[in-house]
Amino acid sequence: MTKLTFIAHDGTHFDVDAENGSTVMENAIRNAVPGIEAECGGACACATCHVYVDEAWTAEVGEPEAMEEDMLDFAYEVQPNSRLSCQIKVRDALDGLIVRVPERQG
Amino acid sequence: MTGIISTDVLIVGAGPVGLFAVFELGLLDLKCHLIDILDKPGGQCAELYPEKPIYDIPGWPSISAQGLVDKLLEQVEPFKPDFTYNRMVSSLEKLDDGGFRVTTDENEVFEAKVVVIAAGGGSFQPKRPPIPGIEAYEGTSVFYSVRRMEDFRDHDLVIVGGGDSALDWTLNLQPVAKSVTLVHRRPEFRAAPDSVNKMYAMQEMKQLEFRVGQVTGLTGADGQLASATIKGGPDGDIEVPCTRMLPFFGLTMKLGPIAEWGLNLHENLIPVDTEKFQTSVPGIFAVGDINWYPGKLKLILSGFHEVALMAQAAKRVVSPGERIVFQYTTSSTSLQKKLGVSG
Ligand SMILES: Cc1cc2nc3c(=O)[nH]c(=O)nc-3n(C[C@H](O)[C@H](O)[C@H](O)COP(=O)(O)OP(=O)(O)OC[C@H]3O[C@@H](n4cnc5c(N)ncnc54)[C@H](O)[C@@H]3O)c2cc1C
Ligand code: FES
Repeated sequence: MTKLTFIAHDGTHFDVDAENGSTVMENAIRNAVPGIEAECGGACACATCHVYVDEAWTAEVGEPEAMEEDMLDFAYEVQPNSRLSCQIKVRDALDGLIVRVPERQG
Repeated sequence: MTGIISTDVLIVGAGPVGLFAVFELGLLDLKCHLIDILDKPGGQCAELYPEKPIYDIPGWPSISAQGLVDKLLEQVEPFKPDFTYNRMVSSLEKLDDGGFRVTTDENEVFEAKVVVIAAGGGSFQPKRPPIPGIEAYEGTSVFYSVRRMEDFRDHDLVIVGGGDSALDWTLNLQPVAKSVTLVHRRPEFRAAPDSVNKMYAMQEMKQLEFRVGQVTGLTGADGQLASATIKGGPDGDIEVPCTRMLPFFGLTMKLGPIAEWGLNLHENLIPVDTEKFQTSVPGIFAVGDINWYPGKLKLILSGFHEVALMAQAAKRVVSPGERIVFQYTTSSTSLQKKLGVSG
């Protein structure tokens, strides 16, 4: 199990155990993290699963691919560490990952 | 306004379920007309995930969403359905003779004996960008589509977005507007490279301005915009003149006018029975993602089942008293004739 921490916009921490191979978005939904809507169910088609990756983790998590970058155009207050959480796959190297939920989705 | 268009069955929504309804209704000799606010058939499959494979369509271990839409269109072709695109069905009323009158947002009028609501998650509508206070300017200074280019003549126009709509309108409105500023989050675009190159060429010639950043604020009064604040670009926060704005932030599904049609609703869904898939108003049916009944699953497969049963009930409304013979497409020569195939 890989540990992930979601920090909701109000500051509440959600520490969750995630299965490798699942997406960060799926873990947010499964644990009812507020502020992650994921309307399209992970198809990279809605940009309502937007998160900010903690600065310490951006290098390990990596850059969005072209399709995700296109979709991020529709997100709110996009920053250099913005990612769509449905496009981040959980793996051993992400143990301890911290992501923040933005004020709103789109 | 043109004359009234009459049909047996008016289908609201040309998603996969609305499309397959044409097939099942067609086998029972009912002629269909479909209306969709999108400019193409296929609903969510075509608009949200055309390239993605679907793995739970019976008989297709894997098929792309657009591939499924193409196959459905091929399957309903023999029934020659009529399509009206780019129109939102805005009102639905019952007529004294038992039929229905349906009106679009462009005031086209349809009359049908039966109405099938296959509206999925609701009609696709432009997303409102997250700019504080933008609501106050919508319809007066902020528009989500261009109906008449003249509305933009001699205005300071700000276009936001990086897709084809944003780039096409930047190029088309440049000769009409007083000034054009295109705002996009990054220097890469989703739009066709050809339009992007044209835009950069026009910027070179100072015919328009392209700024990297996000619009974060608006000023103005009484619905009339005056300026927009752009943040995040290399020049820091800047304010540009803006009396008209066209944001292109993609589409989202909203229930829309369906809520005002006098039907019972259950959390924005239309409750139906599971024998006929009829709504609280006899003669109006609801199928696919828009309906609700105990155990409902929002799957394409479920929608296909629903339309088969709905069609039987719709036939009874259109031709009361006529005996409906249950037949297989494999063996019925009369069904095969309708499909234009021979067994
Ligand atoms: C990313 C993603 C993946 C999916 N994967 C699967 C899968 O693997 N398997 C599966 O079975 N399902 C899947 N689904 C669900 C599936 O796409 C839906 O169940 C299906 O599209 C529902 O079809 P529909 O015809 O009922 O509605 P929709 O496809 O939503 O179409 C409804 C249409 O009606 C139009 N409309 C609505 N109101 C109006 C109005 N007032 N006027 C004019 N037009 C109107 C809309 O514009 C829309 O085009 C997926 C959905 C998404 C988003
Ligand atoms: S869930 Fe829709 S883009 Fe991630």
